[in-house]
Amino acid sequence: MSAHADTHAHDDHGHHHHKETFVTKYIFSQDHKMIAKQYLITGTIMGVIGVLMSMMFRMQIAWPEEPNVLFEALLGKWAPDGVMDADIYLALVTIHGTIMVFFVLTAGLSGTFSNLLIPLQIGARDMASGFLNMVSYWLFFLSSVVMIISLFVEAGPAAAGWTIYPPLSALPMAQGGSGMGMTLWLVSMAIFIASSLLGSLNYIVTVINLRTKGMSMTRLPLTIWAFFVTAIIGVVSFPVLLSAALLLIMDRSFGTSFFLSDIFIQGEVLHYQGGSPVLFEHLFWFLGHPEVYIVILPAMGLVSEIMASNSRKPIFGYRAMIMSILAIAFLSTIVWGHHMFISGMNPFLGSVFTFTTLLIAIPSAVKAFNWITTIWKGNIQMNPAMLFSIGFVSTFITGGLTGIILGDSALDINVHDTYFVVAHFHLVMGISALYGMFAGIYHWFPKMFGRMLNKNLGYIHFWVTAICAYGVFFPMHFIGMAGLPRRYYTNSNFPLFDDLANANVVITVFALVGGVFQLVYLYNFFVSIFYGKRTTQNPWRSTTLEWTAPIKHIHGNWEGEIPHVHRWAYDYSKPGHDDDFVPQHIPLKEGEEELQH
Amino acid sequence: MTAFLTIIIVLFIAVAIWQMVKIFDLAQAGSNESAVATDKDNKINGYLMMGFLAFIYIITIVSFWYLGDLPLMSNSASAHGPELDNLMIISMVIIFIVQTFTQFLLHYFAYKYKGEKGKKALFYADNNTLEAIWTFIPVVVLAGLIIYGLFTWNSIMNIDESEDPLVVELYAQQFNWKARYAGEDNVLGMANVRLIDIDKANILGLDESDPNAQDDIITTELHLPVDRPVLFKMRSQDVLHSAYMPHFRAQMNCVPGMVTQFGFTPTVTTAEMRQNPDIVDKVKHINALRAENKEAIEERGQELIYEFDYLLLCNKICGKSHYNMQMKIVVETQEEYDAWLKEQKTFENSLIKEDLKSY
Ligand code: HEM
Ligand SMILES: [Cu+2]
Ligand SMILES: [Cu+2]
Repeated sequence: MSAHADTHAHDDHGHHHHKETFVTKYIFSQDHKMIAKQYLITGTIMGVIGVLMSMMFRMQIAWPEEPNVLFEALLGKWAPDGVMDADIYLALVTIHGTIMVFFVLTAGLSGTFSNLLIPLQIGARDMASGFLNMVSYWLFFLSSVVMIISLFVEAGPAAAGWTIYPPLSALPMAQGGSGMGMTLWLVSMAIFIASSLLGSLNYIVTVINLRTKGMSMTRLPLTIWAFFVTAIIGVVSFPVLLSAALLLIMDRSFGTSFFLSDIFIQGEVLHYQGGSPVLFEHLFWFLGHPEVYIVILPAMGLVSEIMASNSRKPIFGYRAMIMSILAIAFLSTIVWGHHMFISGMNPFLGSVFTFTTLLIAIPSAVKAFNWITTIWKGNIQMNPAMLFSIGFVSTFITGGLTGIILGDSALDINVHDTYFVVAHFHLVMGISALYGMFAGIYHWFPKMFGRMLNKNLGYIHFWVTAICAYGVFFPMHFIGMAGLPRRYYTNSNFPLFDDLANANVVITVFALVGGVFQLVYLYNFFVSIFYGKRTTQNPWRSTTLEWTAPIKHIHGNWEGEIPHVHRWAYDYSKPGHDDDFVPQHIPLKEGEEELQH
Repeated sequence: MTAFLTIIIVLFIAVAIWQMVKIFDLAQAGSNESAVATDKDNKINGYLMMGFLAFIYIITIVSFWYLGDLPLMSNSASAHGPELDNLMIISMVIIFIVQTFTQFLLHYFAYKYKGEKGKKALFYADNNTLEAIWTFIPVVVLAGLIIYGLFTWNSIMNIDESEDPLVVELYAQQFNWKARYAGEDNVLGMANVRLIDIDKANILGLDESDPNAQDDIITTELHLPVDRPVLFKMRSQDVLHSAYMPHFRAQMNCVPGMVTQFGFTPTVTTAEMRQNPDIVDKVKHINALRAENKEAIEERGQELIYEFDYLLLCNKICGKSHYNMQMKIVVETQEEYDAWLKEQKTFENSLIKEDLKSY
């Protein structure tokens, strides 16, 4: 099988002597490294928009209905006299959630690093299909454009929450945003799903078929395992969301009743009969829950790799890590019901989902302990990527632990849809995955751009972000435990919650400072692309194959033959070697044992 | 005004960052320090890790100090409340122990094993005993929590109809709540939104020919007699809503096209709860805050003085005024409740009759 991969890669290389134009190199590129950069830049732009939105709605929460020049400038007619409108509040929350989950942390994270690392780390000349890969990116780009356009629709963008539960999302008379705005949201997501499916299929085929000689599955770096399994989860679950979206489109535009029944709104009875919104919830969360693992698994892969490399130690429990990725992937498809304990679903089902949900805590705990043991007795190099990786483990633990409460159907009765949930999922998936993404960027920037990011700016970026992330989301648990529902435009109609107002101001200040400090990162990123220090071949002294490829990007990744692999990816500080790392392509010494457990 | 100040502050911070960036840039351009962490960086960031550990502990303590009265974990007002609170407290204690311990290990190791030139890490790739231990411990702890949780869940959700619960319908619409009492027969009349007839004031779509519907009573406040089990039947006429009654540890979605249910027994009357020392303190605190914000509150046309009441909130996004979809809940003695109910009109009597309409 590896032999086949090798020959294929060889004649592939032979074709690459045509001349490149600007368009084929930078725009309609089929080279995985360029596509990775395109994903990253597009994801970054979407991220800026998403964070700006969160800063705006946080200001509204802290200083409800107060005029704000920023709103006036950015929201225009949606902020008459600078006072944010209640409809646009919900729209901002909705689009913020959508952009962050799908555009930044699915496409931006997975798209960037799967594309960059899969061929380079398994020793392939490119993805299995460069053309499909290009199509996948451009579909993502198109879906981003449609999502942005939806912000400018007359009646407002989609505002039914990122979960777009019908009937709210199905009926334009229920909410302004459920008109043209929701149509564009659905169109954008349908394109997005197509893009994601093409990408995932490509990753799966590439990992299965194009590994270089000697790269067995149990020698793969954990990054590849994570991307591979993520792609499989995506292929299994995204089509279900697509069908939910299509059925919703039918209900909206063609009068079917999949999700709607017995509705009286604005003085009239609608014709819908026999459908059920609960069905939509099932379909949505059948993707929605795996989606959070689609977001977090790649981050876990990146962090595992970076922690091993920077601790100068093998990742602890390589096999257990793979097993837990597989366990998480499997379990993630049978826990969706924990979002629906009080949806009207049969309580017995609630018990089943409580059981499966708490099961999934076990592989997650194993992973956390393995990371902690990985840094134990290490020789830790505090590069910015490493800081973000440690930060990842920290927020993953803090956020993950509260999952024990939310996954318990009895306890969820009381905290469901409160700020407790917002705190939980931001820490465990939002911030953690974002840290994973930053870690990956700091670590592989040299591989992407041939230059280094400024480390001191990286330190400032990490520490301020770390403090602000806890400052925003830690107190939010307590606000939730006081019973404050989420998606409230203002809490001022509930004197009951008046004693939470000050905490909300503090949270907002942390959010604003944290948001503004991302400028440090943006500055570092964009300036370093052009003016950063030039990188050396293997700046972090890592073992994986990508660091054997030339700094300058060439089609086919390696001049001449692709290196063969002789050992696993984690021979750091192995006794019997002078250097504290032994790259994967170095043959075993005579008498040296390969660690194969 | 405050918002404007914030923007100014944020702008200042932006400028400060920009300045800092320039300084760092210059500092780096001059030296030939590489972009990879040095021993000095390892040391500084190692210490910062310990600082950050302290920060996590401090923010935990501060949050408890200022926000720790946790009304969702104490002073529940329903029969199943204390059991749930117990489970919540046990889970929280476990979480805080694990959190304190693992965060310590993580940050302490990061500090303790910060890199130094010439040092070599321990080549330690695997240990099956350790893996087994930290698979086994979570299994045991979680098994305990699951079993406790499932018992609690079942006892809450399996409503015992033999106890003759009071049947009340909670009816949700954008953006308000109605309650419908089953009346003397304690059986709710048939209803469907298709039967709504605004002209006749049949606003909940009751079946006018159903004998069980005649004595039903529709109200805009929810009154409950203390210590009697209540079985709520939830309906929605337009979009999803969620009937959230935090003080009673109760919540259930209202789904158009379907009737959902939830049952509990209120155990503390509104009057008693207002006397509860914790609640007295809380109300006092809130009123002090409200006094500071007098102008804004009066501008909104609200009462300045807050008095404690149980509330039903909408907790599922339902549109523009989701944030203001509430209903007052009054728990009272049976006599008070009977007296209140007697004053309400039955469905039969609240209908606008045809003959009256065509004068
Ligand atoms: C810049 C830092 C961020 C801040 C200050 C922030 C703040 C918030 C807040 C306060 C809400 C809840 C609003 C409500 O329910 O009323 C929210 C919603 C949400 N956020 Fe974030 N967030 C941030 C970053 C992220 C990230 C990185 C993600 C990625 C997963 C994310 C995903 C979401 C989602 C999915 C929602 C739910 C949207 C909805 O209710 O429909 N956020 N955000
Ligand atoms: Cu989930
Ligand atoms: Cu609502």
